[in-house]
Amino acid sequence: MSDILDGVMQGIWLLVTLDPELIEITLRSLRITVSALLIASAIALPLGALLAVKRFRFRRVVIAVMNALMGLPPVVVGLCVYIILSRSGPLGVLGLLFTPSAMVIAQVIIIVPLVASIAHQSLRDLWSEYHDLLISMNTSQWQRISTLLWDGRRALLTASLAGFGRAIGEVGAIMVVGGNIDHVTRVLTTAIALETGKGDFGLALGLGFVLIFMALSVNLAIHYLTRTEVEGRW
Amino acid sequence: MTSMMPLVVEKAQVRRRGKVLIGPVNFTLRTLGFTIVMGPNGSGKTSLLRMLHGVVRLADGTVSWACDEISARAKQAFVFQNPVMLRRSVCDNLTYPLRIQNVPRKIANAEAERWAARIGLTQVLTRSAAVLSGGEKQKLALARALIRKPEVLFLDEPCASLDGRATREIETLLLQASADGTRIIMATHDMGQARRLGSEVLFILQGKLHEFSPAEVFFENPKTDAARAFLNGDIIE
Repeated sequence: MSDILDGVMQGIWLLVTLDPELIEITLRSLRITVSALLIASAIALPLGALLAVKRFRFRRVVIAVMNALMGLPPVVVGLCVYIILSRSGPLGVLGLLFTPSAMVIAQVIIIVPLVASIAHQSLRDLWSEYHDLLISMNTSQWQRISTLLWDGRRALLTASLAGFGRAIGEVGAIMVVGGNIDHVTRVLTTAIALETGKGDFGLALGLGFVLIFMALSVNLAIHYLTRTEVEGRW
Repeated sequence: MTSMMPLVVEKAQVRRRGKVLIGPVNFTLRTLGFTIVMGPNGSGKTSLLRMLHGVVRLADGTVSWACDEISARAKQAFVFQNPVMLRRSVCDNLTYPLRIQNVPRKIANAEAERWAARIGLTQVLTRSAAVLSGGEKQKLALARALIRKPEVLFLDEPCASLDGRATREIETLLLQASADGTRIIMATHDMGQARRLGSEVLFILQGKLHEFSPAEVFFENPKTDAARAFLNGDIIE
């Protein structure tokens, strides 16, 4: 119990004093996660819309695989990315291993299926509502997809926020491909893992509270800015 | 004069999961007129309209316009029984059909304002279409269909759940559109509305065309027993 209390106090202290190291780690966490989220959303949201609109052979198989990939073990993703980016791997020449870019790549791979799957489910419902109208208006495939993405933007925001939550709390893959290098690839989750390993539970808990606070703040801020759940609006 | 008419339907048939929904039916719709599709519930009115509009695939036969299929699709509009509102403002619902045709936003907005004034929705132009009443939604759906100036307009029981006032407003818009040269093909249950608007009647039962005649002939001297029974208010299946 004292550890938790100590952690809360230490977390508050780190925040109040704007501890430079904490700020650096937090900003790096945010930068990597937001980069991964933007890239993943750019891939996953149109993919979800395409799967809702387009009928093609093996569509159900693709959707089933995508849903299954939501449970992809992060550490395995990390291992695969590590092998691909390592010096002897196919993309070793890029020299990305143990850089924030490698961490972004791993996070993108982890969250694309999650975001695409949630997006697909909400856009599928919207498509069943819009289907006859958009077909009768003689819209192109691209116009249908863009209409769904725009009109379903609030549901898609939820999908992206789920991706953000998964990415910001991810530790296994980014530890493997980032290496938890101080001032380079250390982020909140890997720092927590490190401090826990060193037995400094207070600092680990403090960082944990900062992580929770940040995740909640980003979610609340986006909900507030986009005015979701406001009466009379879609 | 519409360039895509006449519409020639030959041995057209629609099936779903092996069951015949429509057909085979044969008829030709000429250039002018206001066609009413009548029949009891489940007779295939909606399926027939969807078949003519090209939303459902033909199992057999042909539905051919006087122009090529791509041009024909671009010149048609459809208003559904339950109006589908895009999750946007009233203005954006009106501009949508124009924007997808790359009409500049300024022109599209001006056209939307003109139509909103015509259907009495100017006050709610910037509000979400979701907050409109049933009658307002149906008027908006109709205006959204007419804003593209379609040559042919399909309507599937557009006044089914509306009160007298809203029905009259819809009918006024339809008569104006018809006078402006839009060929209208409408399914309805409402006998009074069919008499008021229709110039010819397609009467269908169990997916088969039972009668196709001028409205005055259909209402005064129906040729088939089924049509006579329907007009007398008898229950037919």
